[in-house]
Amino acid sequence: MKTKSNLERILEAGYFAVTAEVGPPQSADAEEVRKKAKLLSGYVDGFNVTDGQTAVVRMASWAACLIGKEYGLDPIVQMTCRDRNRIALQMDILGIAALGINNILCLTGDHPKFGNHPQAKGVFDVDSVQLIKIVKDMRDEKRFQNGESISHEPRLFIGAAENPFADPFDFRVLRLKKKVEAGADFIQTQIVYNVEKFKEWMKRVCDIGLDQKVKIIAGVSPIKSIGAAKYMKTKIPGMDVPDEVITRLQSVPKDQVPKEGIRLCVDIIRQLKEIKGVAGVHIMAIEWEETVPEIVEAAGLYPRPKF
Amino acid sequence: MLISKQKPFEEIIGYLNGENKVFLVGCRGCAEGWESGGEKEILEMKKKLEENGKVITGYVLVDMLCDKALAALKLKNFKKKIDEADSLIVFTDGAGVQVVSELVKKMVHPGCNTISLGGGHAEWKGAERCMECGNCVLEYTGGLCPISRCSKHLLNGPCGGSQYGKCEVDATIPCVWHLIYDRLKEIGRLDKMEFLVAPKDWSVSLISGPPVKRF
Repeated sequence: MKTKSNLERILEAGYFAVTAEVGPPQSADAEEVRKKAKLLSGYVDGFNVTDGQTAVVRMASWAACLIGKEYGLDPIVQMTCRDRNRIALQMDILGIAALGINNILCLTGDHPKFGNHPQAKGVFDVDSVQLIKIVKDMRDEKRFQNGESISHEPRLFIGAAENPFADPFDFRVLRLKKKVEAGADFIQTQIVYNVEKFKEWMKRVCDIGLDQKVKIIAGVSPIKSIGAAKYMKTKIPGMDVPDEVITRLQSVPKDQVPKEGIRLCVDIIRQLKEIKGVAGVHIMAIEWEETVPEIVEAAGLYPRPKF
Repeated sequence: MLISKQKPFEEIIGYLNGENKVFLVGCRGCAEGWESGGEKEILEMKKKLEENGKVITGYVLVDMLCDKALAALKLKNFKKKIDEADSLIVFTDGAGVQVVSELVKKMVHPGCNTISLGGGHAEWKGAERCMECGNCVLEYTGGLCPISRCSKHLLNGPCGGSQYGKCEVDATIPCVWHLIYDRLKEIGRLDKMEFLVAPKDWSVSLISGPPVKRF
């Protein structure tokens, strides 16, 4: 064990992991975070809090993570390179480790253009691959990015994202390889709707043995409405929503669509469990966190292992 | 006036790992004025590379290397010598390196760092732009600049928002990393994209370095 992370323990013990994403509020309202954390308690092995997703100002990931920790959850701080240069990143890495957080997800970050402050200067001093290496060197080499030594190193389980549905498709496995070489311990993927394409990517991942070096957790998300499905298909960069998904949602009466969306999510989880190299699922029920317990139970993933 | 400075020789020779035959390109414009890629510097470089066991298949100086049409005409006359070479090294600013990269389907190494545009810009009004970052990365990117053309200045490949060859920020902007991938694939040098590129030294950049002239 590299860290005290519950997620690491679960993965190392060979269990099929379950993580979920929480969106923090656009306010200082701690209650909203508590409500979401209570919902997830006992149903997940770790929970992510997004870091200014889509470049919208929200409560800091680490702060909402600490609130969630009060409910026995193992937090995964998401950290993007959009708003911090290498100085700020390393300060936050030291800070979250000092606060008892055990997991970090290293991301490049959505461009400011998508958010509610499009005039902001994107920082992007380093990219996600370089951030992974920075955390790894801080933890294992006890070195800052500039080479200076650290007396108390941050012991963080290092995560990264990968999107099998972005282009160029052939490069996506190489990009994963770079992230593994940089020091990623686990990967949380983009939401999977196109299971066939995901299978092809996983096959290539396994062909070069990357599944043996990193734990791959596949992203899933229940769809609430046909409008949401269409929006994801056409407006969200890097998403792949096949026509069959929309057809399936259209095949049920309108008031049944949310239920069908949950069933679809559970079906996808069942398919993902059968794919070689998939070590868990990451449920991103955006502003619909209350569905997570139902999905976890229906997918046969409840109760979660306790240590 | 584009102000460039030759990269350290060790860095240049490091780029030529396994490449023995090299063609050199210089510029009689700004690079000659700033003594980074005029005839004198090209001949000196030729001698130094030869002393280090490299074969120089030839060299050319273009009056204004950033003028794509002119550069194309000039390089055409040297086609045979360029074909013989494993790679090219271009001694001028980032715009000139990008011109040659687009014209020649071979590995093109940058021989200089661009320190400042001195208020002006290159003659070539194409998609290529040099942002005077002072620490040229075109070596790793197939001669296409991610500092000026990637919305996030990424150095290790495209982000998760690259789809159908377009940038996530605007569907009318090509994803430069997709173009870089295609080009490196075409010239058989995808190994350049597997390599972990370290965080960039921004202290030498006029964008975020100190606001002083360093030339």
